Amino acid sequence: MKVGVVTFPGSLDDRDALRAIRLAGAEPVALWHGEHDLQGVDALVLPGGFSYGDYLRCGAIAAHSPIMVEVIDAAHKGMPVLGICNGFQMLVETGLLPGGLIRNDHGAFICRDQRLRVENVDTPWTRGYSEGQEITMPLKNGEGGFIADDETLKRIEGENLVTFRYLEVNPNGSLNDIAGLRNDTGRVVGLMPHPEHAIEAGFGPDTAVAMKSGTDGLAMFASLLTQVVSA
Amino acid sequence: MATVVIEVMPKKELLDPAGKAVLGAFRRQGVTGFNEVRIGKRFELHVEGEVTKDHLDQAQALAQDLLSNGVIEDVLDIRVEDSPA
Repeated sequence: MKVGVVTFPGSLDDRDALRAIRLAGAEPVALWHGEHDLQGVDALVLPGGFSYGDYLRCGAIAAHSPIMVEVIDAAHKGMPVLGICNGFQMLVETGLLPGGLIRNDHGAFICRDQRLRVENVDTPWTRGYSEGQEITMPLKNGEGGFIADDETLKRIEGENLVTFRYLEVNPNGSLNDIAGLRNDTGRVVGLMPHPEHAIEAGFGPDTAVAMKSGTDGLAMFASLLTQVVSA
Repeated sequence: MATVVIEVMPKKELLDPAGKAVLGAFRRQGVTGFNEVRIGKRFELHVEGEVTKDHLDQAQALAQDLLSNGVIEDVLDIRVEDSPA
């Protein structure tokens, strides 16, 4: 399986995402924002960072990049697309995911190992987890406050579109503690925390077992490789 | 030369953390007469010569598609202003 990672001007975590895909056992493919070529990939990751310096709105200018024409088209045709942090911001800017992301309610940038609860495992990106599983991933952002109008929020909750919820603390004022979302089909998933920074012991979040031993993010990329067994 | 001015504000019902931070600075300076600050954006699109209907149509489309996000912001005004010579 080939998984593409799009690099935008100001992307930071594209290399980490490529590495996570490799460690999960898939073939990573580096893609470039300025081209109209997905190079035959089977799935896509829009990585974290500060594309275009967060000018205008986070992810807004990147969401209008040349390659996004192909990304949006592929998403509509069912290709699995994962947006991490800035990539999540791009997905809400394109309208592929509902709602919006605004500045953290406390006004400060936050960087912490964040406890999360997995809420929905019916997606190509989350089926490696179990429903209700509690995991830890690094979270680092200035504008991760998830908002939506009442009607949209009701639909998100009613259709079970929340994939991850913040546990213990709400780090940014997100409504209903929403940390990550899926679209109607589940093929498109976005989240503010960073699974690609929790994939290898020695470089992940601290756990009760050992410092930096957390690898809870790996299942996200490994999920892609597990086939759904039809009943 | 003329200018198309586009004004965008965060939606009324949403928290504006940047505005809230500025209000905090008012308080620390002893200014108490204002109970809310909201921060929006003003875009200036400069045009050589006259602003045509085409310019305004394009500005309207850009305001909705790129310069604002209807989920979190409202376009308050699109108008023509003469640029200072």
